[in-house]
Amino acid sequence: MASNSSGGGSSDRQGIAQQRLRIIAGHLRGPVDGDSTILAAECKAQGSNTDVSSEGKTVPRRRQEIMKWNGWGYSDSRFLFNKKGQAEFTGKRYRLSGMIIPGLKDWFEGTFGANLQHKTPPTPLLTNTAVPPATLNEAFVEEVKSTGIPFSHDAEDRVFRAHGHCLHEIFALREGKIGRVPDMVVWPSCHNDVVKIVQLACKHNVCLMPYGGGTSVSSALECPPEETRSIVSLDTSQMNRILWIDEKNLTAHVEAGIVGQDLERLLNESGYCTGHEPDSMEFSSLGGWVATRASGMKKNIYGNIEDLVVHIKMVTPQGVIEKSCQGPRMSTGPDIHHFIMGSEGTLGVVTEVTMKIRPMPEYQKYGSVVFPNFEQGVACLREVAKQRCAPASIRLMDNEQFKFGHALKPQVSSIFTSFLDGLKKFYITKFKGFDPNHLCVATLLFEGNREKVLQHEKQVYDIAAKFGGLAAGEDNGQRGYMLTFVIAYLRDLGMDYYVIGESFETSVPWDRVLDICRNVKARIIRECKDKGVQFPPLSTCRVTQTYDAGACVYFYFAFNYRGLSDPVHVYEQVEHAAREEILANGGSLSHHHGVGKLRKEWMRDTISNVGMGMLKSVKDYVDPNNIFGNRNLL
Amino acid sequence: MTSSSQYKDSGRAGLEDVDEFVDILEERRRSSDLGYAFRTFNPQPYKGAPSCSTADLNKAVLESQYLSYMAKEIAMETGSSVEEVREEVCGILEEMSQNLQLGFIRMMAYTLSKVFKRLFTSILVNMEGLNMLQQAVQESPVILMPNHRSYMDFLAISYILFTYDIPVPVIAAGIPLAGMKMVGEILRRSGAFFIRRAIGSDKLYWAVLSEYVKTIVRRGFAPVEFYVEGLRSRTLKSLLPKLGMMHMVLEPFFKGEVYDITLVPISISYDRVLEESLLAHELLGVPKPKESTTGLLKATKVLQENYGSMHVNFGRPLSVRQLCHGKINRCQFNLVPRDLPQQPSAEAQACVSWLAHLMVRIQEEGLLISPWSLMACMLLQAPTTVLTEEGLLWHQLTEKTLWLRKLALDFGARLNWPGQVPDSDVISSTVALHCSVVQRKAGRVYLVQENEPLRKCPISPEDGVIRMAAPLLMLASYRNQSMHVFVRPAMLATAIRVTESTQRDELFSFFCFLQDVFSNEFIFIPGKSPQDFEEACVLLKKCGAVNFSQQEVMVLDAGSEVLSFLQALLQPFIDSYQVMFRYLCEEGVHVLSEKQFLPAVRNLATELILSGELCTYEALSSDMQKNVLSALRRLEAVTKLRASEQNEYRVNKAAVRRIGDILSRKIPPQMLQTTPDARL
Repeated sequence: MASNSSGGGSSDRQGIAQQRLRIIAGHLRGPVDGDSTILAAECKAQGSNTDVSSEGKTVPRRRQEIMKWNGWGYSDSRFLFNKKGQAEFTGKRYRLSGMIIPGLKDWFEGTFGANLQHKTPPTPLLTNTAVPPATLNEAFVEEVKSTGIPFSHDAEDRVFRAHGHCLHEIFALREGKIGRVPDMVVWPSCHNDVVKIVQLACKHNVCLMPYGGGTSVSSALECPPEETRSIVSLDTSQMNRILWIDEKNLTAHVEAGIVGQDLERLLNESGYCTGHEPDSMEFSSLGGWVATRASGMKKNIYGNIEDLVVHIKMVTPQGVIEKSCQGPRMSTGPDIHHFIMGSEGTLGVVTEVTMKIRPMPEYQKYGSVVFPNFEQGVACLREVAKQRCAPASIRLMDNEQFKFGHALKPQVSSIFTSFLDGLKKFYITKFKGFDPNHLCVATLLFEGNREKVLQHEKQVYDIAAKFGGLAAGEDNGQRGYMLTFVIAYLRDLGMDYYVIGESFETSVPWDRVLDICRNVKARIIRECKDKGVQFPPLSTCRVTQTYDAGACVYFYFAFNYRGLSDPVHVYEQVEHAAREEILANGGSLSHHHGVGKLRKEWMRDTISNVGMGMLKSVKDYVDPNNIFGNRNLL
Repeated sequence: MTSSSQYKDSGRAGLEDVDEFVDILEERRRSSDLGYAFRTFNPQPYKGAPSCSTADLNKAVLESQYLSYMAKEIAMETGSSVEEVREEVCGILEEMSQNLQLGFIRMMAYTLSKVFKRLFTSILVNMEGLNMLQQAVQESPVILMPNHRSYMDFLAISYILFTYDIPVPVIAAGIPLAGMKMVGEILRRSGAFFIRRAIGSDKLYWAVLSEYVKTIVRRGFAPVEFYVEGLRSRTLKSLLPKLGMMHMVLEPFFKGEVYDITLVPISISYDRVLEESLLAHELLGVPKPKESTTGLLKATKVLQENYGSMHVNFGRPLSVRQLCHGKINRCQFNLVPRDLPQQPSAEAQACVSWLAHLMVRIQEEGLLISPWSLMACMLLQAPTTVLTEEGLLWHQLTEKTLWLRKLALDFGARLNWPGQVPDSDVISSTVALHCSVVQRKAGRVYLVQENEPLRKCPISPEDGVIRMAAPLLMLASYRNQSMHVFVRPAMLATAIRVTESTQRDELFSFFCFLQDVFSNEFIFIPGKSPQDFEEACVLLKKCGAVNFSQQEVMVLDAGSEVLSFLQALLQPFIDSYQVMFRYLCEEGVHVLSEKQFLPAVRNLATELILSGELCTYEALSSDMQKNVLSALRRLEAVTKLRASEQNEYRVNKAAVRRIGDILSRKIPPQMLQTTPDARL
């Protein structure tokens, strides 16, 4: 979704743009591949030009050129309340950019008891003196220098790679507080660079921490404070090329540092896509997806990362691990890919991945369904899953999120639209008797050829009707997906006004979905009260993925922390309690965010003693000196 | 440790002030009962849960995954068809189900207003507890857990809830009530659902019952009320909790089907229990009359008498979630579908048992001790001949009762002692209220003996014992109303006397032994012996009877009166147990059934009473006799024969003798092996 929005158009404009891209791509391809269907590229010469971004790639070496150092996303894009007290979203990148959001202020103040007069602005600039000096391993530095691989010990570069996007990490940055950060950053530009760096790290006993897109929400990028060796952040962002596309087998061989939006855009130029669209895809990288077992919004059509990956190459202290062929399935003992996927940077660096690709879908259509209550909505999703007819994406928001989504409606220009909205509202609440405080909405995304999409759409709407669902239009659907990528920006807005929050996820069997949603939300509210939070928190959830045997559920939780002396600690206690509640209700420790260091304490109970032993023994063999010392997972 | 202090808080905090009690009959005596019964009744149930019709509820139960699974399994086992089993399920449901209807609640409200006004001077309710309950019913499914002393109990609770606009509960009642003409149906429509006695191993019945109860808890449209003691206590002493129902009501929380469940302990205290003489006769083996409507009508003579006041003390609502925190790992329910039957784990059983015991303890703490109960303690310590022949000096009884009042207050008891009246008046009116048991004549107090119509032949000495026993057992029952206040210090006092030691660990081990032997008699929370012992020491110190340090417990001179009172309080229990141990150790007894045991031991006790060897009549009580059997089974000195249908037991005489010897200090106590409770 994010890529669609960052394309900067509504669905029709986007369609045109995509078609144009395809034509352009066709022109470009002609001379390059000739009669071969395979595109190839070689590792750039050592010390190649530093401004890779000029090639149209999103992520420069110096991330600070385009991204915030203490918040989410692009520097030019943020929410703010303007002088009139209206919310607006700045920049030009997104569909919402430059728009006024009239309902947000009231929702914000009403939901959190926040007040625009009570501000908590962040420290404006990163002061280099706040950054601990780098502990360098001189011998290592010398040898890296001789390889010509770019590196830096600039304070800003180091701070950027010392955190993900957990609440406590961002909160500390806003306060200008900086803990242990990497001592050095290196930017390999190809697999061989990584091999060299890992060899040198082993030789000089340096701690390596792979860094992809920096979107972790599991404290995975936090430097272990007890680490005494020099910590080197291995930033894969410059390994961002598609090395070849195999149109006969529909696979693409890609360097692991590429971020989602670039991967999709570049593949689109050739008429393909991976269809892997995690909410973070603007910034998260292919290597990061593999390392955390990522999941994409459209997994119903394309599958999760483990379904998409055909071949992985990873550099470990013991050497390179990879399979010898690209067979679509093998019976050769436990799948070694499953040691790599989810290893969270503890075993090595993923450098190259062969992924399945698909022709770009001919037609996309959003949709939405309103249900009288959450219970009916869940029953409908369950039925859709049972009939195995889930659209590319189907998500069910609870009532609070429905209201939240509503508050994010941009100002409408025409009186007619607002009249129509009023009429729709009247129809649903008055004529159909839906209680506005109970109704909830499912958002849908269909993909495929036009005829099939329409047929599929009818099938899903027919099922929805059996559960009291009413079709509520494409607009509502699309806005629901928009919420996904702006929510991270919204958190920064909240933090300007005493509001902190986060989302977390789980997966759970179908029969427990309703119970877990109710209990976890209630637990959050209760814990906030017990911990002295002065205002009622926002505690809401949505079902974001359906499977044969269960669903993925997201919880959103935020509160106004005025009056608390240590809000982050309170926040962490509540999140901890919420996770305990999730586990007690049969939910998993994580569906796709991973474990990192944030959820390590529950690993043993989650995978059993023997399971821990298995993983430990793999780590001990692959990395006996703990070169990949981020201490995630185990 | 924390949980023990927690329950103290929860049981007592905020409920200290006895003046907070309000007489709900006062209003009824002033205004129209009809107007009251037909006023708007608009309670706020849990999360505005829609009311659930009987048909809906039964349908939900019948169609549940759990019951369809069980039906299949049972069909397989018995070889009948699933349809037949399902029909049986329908039959059970029909017999069981409540049919709560507002109209009948109103009718009951009207009738009960009339009845209560006639029977009781007042029905006193603590408003604070009621207000908290009102709040609680809106937040979680609520389980009302009253103690059970009289048939009046559940009527009174529904009546009070109706009066204060709180959703009236559905109530677990014994099936015999359902069999009464009209009355059964009226109760059903007032919210009672009926449970068979002795379900035993009837798998299907268990399944239907538990699904029925769990569905009500999950839906939360009405509070569920049940007696955790299982039965009406015939001895007015708290009974060991039964765990079956407790499991059923807690399971929806364990399995995450509800966020929380609120337990509300309710302590009902009667100045005088309607069924007092009936209960005493039941204890003596005169069978309980079958509940029947005509029986009820005959009992209308009950209506002619005065029963004083009734106190209903609503305890602080307790969150199961908080209570169980750290006591149960709910992840254990993750690996089996929640709809399928699952044997509760040892952890779950221990947690449920602990919680059930805790609830009974909180009920006890919420009871109000009447002056009469204190007097009963004192009367029973006088020799029987004094009570029957010479008479006890009035002023002596008064003095001793007042002395005991002080001790009870020192021990933290909640007394129901009228404040504005001179003490002598309180005592006179108390005796007047209990003229069925004692009489005051010429400055002395005498026991009232039953006046059987004169038979042709003179009564045998044995019959004489039984006749004497009835009023004495009634007295014992009223004494039992305050036993929970004294039992821990009394056990320490006994340990001090029997061991003749000052060493704390020696006293503690004898104290634990006494708890082991008497834990069917009194309620001790499993695993809390050290705290119980500590409490006993603190209380005895508080009243100036002992001093204690880390190593020692020293008796003070001033303490002899307290200590000998407390020892004497426990003595009837010890003596009675010894009689039964003696019977079991006699030659010839190896295998016995409960049916043989009860009359045989009663005969032995009668003999010993006649010979003067046994001073207490309580050995005649069938409840105590059964408790001894249960205790010995728990201590593995008696084992139930598996093949036997007649409840036959094999006696390990050496083991029984050893327990008796330790109790009389012939041999020192070694910790007895106790097995965890598995009563389900």
